[in-house]
Amino acid sequence: MQDASGAVVAFEHVTKRYGGPDSAPAVDDLSLTVPAGEICVLVGPSGCGKTTSMKMVNRLIEPTSGRITINGDDVASLPAVELRRRIGYVIQQVGLFPHLTIGQNVEVVPRLLRWKAQRMRERTDELLDLIGLEPAGYRDRYPNELSGGERQRVGVARALAADPPVMLMDEPFGAVDPIRRDRLQNEFLHLQQQVRKTVIFVTHDVDEAIKMADRIAILRQRGILAQYDTPQAILANPASEFVERFVGADRGLKRLSLARVRELDHIEPVIVRAGEDRAEVRRRLDRVEELTYALLVDDHDRPLGWIDQGDLTGDGTIDPGAATPGAPTVQPETTLRDALSALLGSSVQLGVVVDDRERVLGLVSVDAIGDRLRAPVRAADGKLHPLGTDEAAK
Amino acid sequence: MTDGEPFFRVEWVVENLDEIGVRIGEHVYLTVLAVVIGLAVSFALALLIQRRPRLYGPVVGVTGTLYAIPSLAFFALLIPFTGTGVVTALLALVSYTLLILVRNITEALNGVPPDAVEAATGMGYSRGQRLWRVELPLALPVIVAGIRIATVTTIGLVTVTALIGQGGLGYLIVNLGINRGSSPFGPTATYTGVVLAVGLAVIADLALLAVQRALTPWARRRG
Repeated sequence: MQDASGAVVAFEHVTKRYGGPDSAPAVDDLSLTVPAGEICVLVGPSGCGKTTSMKMVNRLIEPTSGRITINGDDVASLPAVELRRRIGYVIQQVGLFPHLTIGQNVEVVPRLLRWKAQRMRERTDELLDLIGLEPAGYRDRYPNELSGGERQRVGVARALAADPPVMLMDEPFGAVDPIRRDRLQNEFLHLQQQVRKTVIFVTHDVDEAIKMADRIAILRQRGILAQYDTPQAILANPASEFVERFVGADRGLKRLSLARVRELDHIEPVIVRAGEDRAEVRRRLDRVEELTYALLVDDHDRPLGWIDQGDLTGDGTIDPGAATPGAPTVQPETTLRDALSALLGSSVQLGVVVDDRERVLGLVSVDAIGDRLRAPVRAADGKLHPLGTDEAAK
Repeated sequence: MTDGEPFFRVEWVVENLDEIGVRIGEHVYLTVLAVVIGLAVSFALALLIQRRPRLYGPVVGVTGTLYAIPSLAFFALLIPFTGTGVVTALLALVSYTLLILVRNITEALNGVPPDAVEAATGMGYSRGQRLWRVELPLALPVIVAGIRIATVTTIGLVTVTALIGQGGLGYLIVNLGINRGSSPFGPTATYTGVVLAVGLAVIADLALLAVQRALTPWARRRG
């Protein structure tokens, strides 16, 4: 994968009216700039003009006034057909061509651009690898032989085929069930870390917007831009009552889903193994003020359970059966929202951070998650926002 | 046919194999020509309708009217203008295919999944590329189904063209059969013509079905 970075996409006073000059605009004087390599999510209620705005970028819809530029070049300066070949396009119903194989589907734009067969073939295999579909097994199959999730991934691969700097995604994960949607979202974010396209992503789902976006543009009825900022900044400081209502009363919790366990300061656990001297463990635990539990681990450093300070009386060695099992484990990538949920459900409100081999890395506490929520947020304009009265977070 | 006469005389068939072969050839030739011309005209009309959907009503109205004219009457009407040649036969035969094919091709193109059309446009297909590479291939199964109906209908109608001297299996049925009612071989010729015409229709239908399946491998392989 070449590390082609995205291009800057800028809307400059873009207005779209479907009727005459006196009709209500579908998009009203929209100006915003999407930095190269970022995901900008256009979100808002139906009728807010988010899809119209997106489709003006590849000129499926022409603006009534204003202009859109990609790296400074007006999109209207190229024939629409040529422009579209340079912009990736993913739609909700995927729109794979049922009469073409998966390989031929991925090669659609390269073929339009008259790539050599050899280059197309290499690119297709590379992309199928990238989206986790084994090329030899998938290249020659037809779309109706794939699952919905696989088809959606092929749709993304097809949009990436000619390595366009800009991708437009119109509710790309809207037609799949919540579990599969979550997986596709994660896969796409992972993919984006590698390809670094400028992505304009349309959704009506505010949770999806928060999860996917580097920046969110919240549009209200008639295509008026209500707020354009990072998800963190929008959740911490909604610009208006409309934005506040739109992001929902649980925006404190939503902010937690933006941060991950690895961003917290971990607490060093007191680790014990079966057969260690009880008095020694007692002394170690006494030295750590914030802990009243020792963590019992097995020979591979995997957590087995908690040993309460009060159960460490007397002499002798640690008995593995003495531990209270059920220490909730979280991974560095776990969102704070999921971590909080896991912690609240256990008797000892400490989470054990483990790596992908289940080995203990450290501990996180409910208090640390709460502290994180009260920290100030840096907005897209670089200003630090002071602590909001974030009722929902308390 | 009188009592005691055999109903069907195999020896007549054996003696006239050459004649029968020629008539089958004429029948196939006229059918293929009529369907190919009909397809070309219908295709052009269907594309016109794609660009200007308002034309659909008038086009179906006119072709429907043509379809409603009885075949014998159609030939009779044309003879003063075009004589009794192959042109007259083709004009009538082609006219009859138009209603079936125009309606069918239009429906086939309208039935192309809208998401495929949107994806094609969004990825930078020009209008013509989209038509030839996406819409027509996807419309093909329905179009071929229409061609099957038009072909079978035309095979039936070609038998009537014997009346204006165009030969075909109608020649066996009419000229050698019905018109020679007194001949002991008349009924044999008629039934030979009828059986072959029906057989031809069945074979054409199955052959086109095979073509349809060969052209649409994606519609068969599932899961």
